[in-house]
Amino acid sequence: MSVATANAARPGRRLSIAWAARQRVIMALVLLILFGALRYDHFLGAYNVLSVLRYNSMFALTSLGMCFVIMGAGIDLSVGTTAACASVVSALLSPYGLFPGLLGGLGAGLAVGVINGFMVTRMNIQPFIATLSGMLAASGAGLLLAHNQSVSVSYDTGFTWLGQGDFLGFPVPAWIAGAAYVYGSVVLNFSSFGRHVLAVGGNEEASRLMGLPVDRAKFLTYVQSGIFAGLAGVILAAQFGAGQPAEGVGWELFSIAAVVVGGTLLTGGVGSVATTLAGVLLLGLIFNVLNFENGLGWISLSAYWQSVVRGVFLMVVVMASSGAARRAVRSA
Amino acid sequence: MTDSLLAMHDINKRFQGVQALSAASLEVEPAEIMALIGQNGAGKSTMIKVLTGAYRRDSGSIVFAGRPIDFGSPQAAQRGGVSTIYQEINLVPFRSVAENIFLGREYRRYGLLDWGRMNAEAAELLRRFAVEIDVRRPLMEFSTAIQQMVAIARAVSFKAQLVIMDEPTSSLDEREVAVLFDVMRRLRGEGVAVIFVSHRLDELYKVCDRVTVMRDGRTVSTHRMADIDKLRLVSAMLGRDLETVRARSTGFTAPKSTPGKVVLSAEGLRIGRKVRDARVEVREHQIVGLAGLLGSGRTEVARAIFGADPPDAGKIEIDGRAVSPQEPAEAIALRVGYCSEDRKADGIVPDMSVRENITLGVLPRLTRLGVVDEARQREIVDRFMQRLAIKASGPEQKIRELSGGNQQKVLLARWLCTDPELLILDEPTRGIDVGAKAEIQALIRELADQGLGVLMISSELEEITEGADRVFVLSDGRTVADLPHAEASAKAIISAMAHEGTAAGEGAADG
Amino acid sequence: MADAPTIARKGASLDVATFFRRYAALAALVVLLAFNFAVTPNFASWQTLNVNLTQVATIVIVSVGMTLVIATGGIDLSVGSLMAISGALAPMIFLSSFGVSYPALGNALAFVIPVAVAGLFGLFNGWFITRFRVQPIVGTLVMFIAGRGIGQVLTNGNLQVFKNPTFQFIGLGRVFGVPCQVIIMLALVAAAAWALRSTLFGRQILSVGGNEQAARLSGVPVATVKRWVYAISGLCAGIAGLVVVSINSSSDANLVGLGMELDAIAAVAVGGTPFTGGQATVVGTLIGALLIQLVRYTLLANGVPDAAALVVKGAIIAGAVWSQQQGKST
Repeated sequence: MSVATANAARPGRRLSIAWAARQRVIMALVLLILFGALRYDHFLGAYNVLSVLRYNSMFALTSLGMCFVIMGAGIDLSVGTTAACASVVSALLSPYGLFPGLLGGLGAGLAVGVINGFMVTRMNIQPFIATLSGMLAASGAGLLLAHNQSVSVSYDTGFTWLGQGDFLGFPVPAWIAGAAYVYGSVVLNFSSFGRHVLAVGGNEEASRLMGLPVDRAKFLTYVQSGIFAGLAGVILAAQFGAGQPAEGVGWELFSIAAVVVGGTLLTGGVGSVATTLAGVLLLGLIFNVLNFENGLGWISLSAYWQSVVRGVFLMVVVMASSGAARRAVRSA
Repeated sequence: MTDSLLAMHDINKRFQGVQALSAASLEVEPAEIMALIGQNGAGKSTMIKVLTGAYRRDSGSIVFAGRPIDFGSPQAAQRGGVSTIYQEINLVPFRSVAENIFLGREYRRYGLLDWGRMNAEAAELLRRFAVEIDVRRPLMEFSTAIQQMVAIARAVSFKAQLVIMDEPTSSLDEREVAVLFDVMRRLRGEGVAVIFVSHRLDELYKVCDRVTVMRDGRTVSTHRMADIDKLRLVSAMLGRDLETVRARSTGFTAPKSTPGKVVLSAEGLRIGRKVRDARVEVREHQIVGLAGLLGSGRTEVARAIFGADPPDAGKIEIDGRAVSPQEPAEAIALRVGYCSEDRKADGIVPDMSVRENITLGVLPRLTRLGVVDEARQREIVDRFMQRLAIKASGPEQKIRELSGGNQQKVLLARWLCTDPELLILDEPTRGIDVGAKAEIQALIRELADQGLGVLMISSELEEITEGADRVFVLSDGRTVADLPHAEASAKAIISAMAHEGTAAGEGAADG
Repeated sequence: MADAPTIARKGASLDVATFFRRYAALAALVVLLAFNFAVTPNFASWQTLNVNLTQVATIVIVSVGMTLVIATGGIDLSVGSLMAISGALAPMIFLSSFGVSYPALGNALAFVIPVAVAGLFGLFNGWFITRFRVQPIVGTLVMFIAGRGIGQVLTNGNLQVFKNPTFQFIGLGRVFGVPCQVIIMLALVAAAAWALRSTLFGRQILSVGGNEQAARLSGVPVATVKRWVYAISGLCAGIAGLVVVSINSSSDANLVGLGMELDAIAAVAVGGTPFTGGQATVVGTLIGALLIQLVRYTLLANGVPDAAALVVKGAIIAGAVWSQQQGKST
């Protein structure tokens, strides 16, 4: 460890790893879309496109929150159960109107995010454990509030528009997720917060020495993640007509996979909001493609293959980026 | 007389019973490049940390730019005009060059970051140092030298009046060093003073105006570079009066047996940038010393022989057979042992007991069908604890509770258990009190007398002059001297280290 | 450039931390038991003991493997999915035509093959992590995602219902009145504890977690050791999968082992094994699991909804890890 390993000369190396990974994901997504479009009728039809967008907007939101946390070299296991809990809260408040429902869900997410952030930055608990605890607490809270059952949403107050409505031809959830991604992209590239998160994830010690507010940046990533999970929960309730305390299982791992597949390094410091979205779409489309494939009857690949395929994708991505990441770290 | 830019006087600093700085002082004039040198533990980095506020001094005064100061943190020092460039580039590799320069004080326009302005200013800043690069690309795409320039540019953009560079050249090649020196001269031209900490004496002569020598926490002397030659510089660093004949001061006694067959022969070793052409040879019953200044590549040579970091080129023969161990386990199978330089980093397993640490290397031989033979283990542990006089409350005590000296003995025991033919010791008595030092030194001689071949790396000259039967001196990654005991005087070794190229004892042709 | 002496002697404070770590969970368990004896109706009965031990056995079996993995400084997120795979394979074997025709052989294979397959997937985890130097979280995430999918694909998501007393002995049978899985649990705990204390492999595991560089320099085959602990974790998960489907007389690949990895990690954390590796207490893990189980039971028996127990569980885990960290100097 104390020995200087061979430092290859680096002048002239053009591609940065993240850039390369980014191209990979987008290319894969494009290829998958092409494949689907050519092979299946109605793949690019309005019905399919819109329902894919509507359904995956929830995961898009949790993945966005996860993206920032991971860029800061942390992790958030609670996004799934937080969404579930938020769905319950918003369902409970939906009879009072659209906004109470929305704000209730956001508030629930915010609360979990604050607790997570506190545990990580103040109590110095490893993010994995801290958000594991948060995950359990959120799950329990959701189940308690819902008395272990689904909580029906009120259809009278327009709350369901958030999940089932359309705006200018596109599903409202997709608009919400889209807006969130625009926000995320702007924050990442044009705000101090975003840059600080990247710096902290890239080299925390250096960031501290440079005087950056390390703890605050980390804390905010967890709060933000909680809020996005809350928003996802609101959409969950609105879309399916009920707050579901038992939902959200596996969402966190889907989100992590989407982020990693998108080229963001789990070790932090590098990332892109756009490719996270590509990762979400890619993983989500796999499900879609498998459904179509079954419909065609050529093969009967059950939808369960989606997990296998997703796992393999993740494996390939990790294999490809591990070598690159190691080279990058060593060059520092 | 111009007023000094920086005047540190009578600085004292104590850590847990060790006096790291005793009435140390440092003075730097404006627009000069001051070298700060000293061996390990001399107090250089403590001095710098006291100046920049990473440590609080116990007593003493610091006057900077005419005002007494007491920086509370490196960030405060930076705001006050004192910037530090560290050896490890403390920047964020994934971020762009411009971003690294402005991190923490970004420019904004309408609430959003103004990249256009930051990029332009960053490029301008670097141009002042004759560096033309695309500041939008990630920092890690550039060579270490450029990264260092960026760190300097960042420091300077904080309107630094004093820039401290802590071993900035250790991972640069000659061309890059030249560029760095150009930058330093430019800084000087702009009125900025530089403190340059380095072990590479040749470099200091190229770029520094004056030099301050520290040793054992004290400031020994200050000279104009032009007034002192390398030999005297090294002597001052080591505290070695060249001509004095010293009485025996270590635990090493004279050898009782003559060297036997060759157990290790290594030549032409090339490892990364640090080692360019190293050669070493060890026989049975012999202690071979490997001397050299910090950074000369000794540990790298040791690790290469042991298979921990295989070399890029070179030939290694153990017991006459050509080998190239790729993993330490292979070297151990060849009956080689290696006691590393840094106990804490890769020596002790802190949560394990003395017993477990001692037996870590030899455990496979103490097991039958995968189960550890407790009786044999106990026997071996007791035997070595006694032999090495390891002071512990018992074999079950956690090793992290032992003193440095006893920990070192445990590590030695670990290797002796394996009954090696060749034992490489990297700074075996570092950080150990005098009594334990002598014990360990006597022990090493005893082991050699009994047949062990020992390759001993040491920064303490007496250990080499008294303990080694043969001395190889490394300088800048090359073996520059091969001296038999009789010719290995302090002066000869120092000359070789300073690479004055004395003829005496260069031994076999080219090193 | 070390100037200050680097070995800080923290004898006193570290002892407190170790003591705390070792005995806090046990103390809490004792306190909780006492509370229950006093307050909870019908607590002091074999029935209660039985119910609790049965529920906790599966978790402990998995946690034993998890403890070893964490001892090397790693983590295994795939255990739940591996349980699903083994739980899916077993009925497939003894319900197949082969299994029906040769019941004895069928049952035997239904024990061996699923566990072996789970072990192989675990070995894959270990290989993946060491070969590509991937963080264990990500490395085992692959099998977490793909593993359950494999189980679902094998069964097409269908429930396999069965009645096979011979096979189900592992989950429903008793030996001298003690449930079989409890015996397996105790056997595994004892074996792992013994291995860590007295075998070469155990020592190697602890040294890899304690100081990987030092272990390597001492000749410990670090990569091999890591591969093996993940394989063992897989084997444990395989066994646990068999137990679960036996108890339920059915195997649903969508549900078997769901959330198990987090339960196991929680047990290890509460039991006092640090996540940085280098130290491990399998008995502690057992106590940790018992403690978490007992908390849940105490709350339930006293009328607190199950969901609240989740919140409490989260708080316990956070608290346990936080208190562990208080004593550490790092």
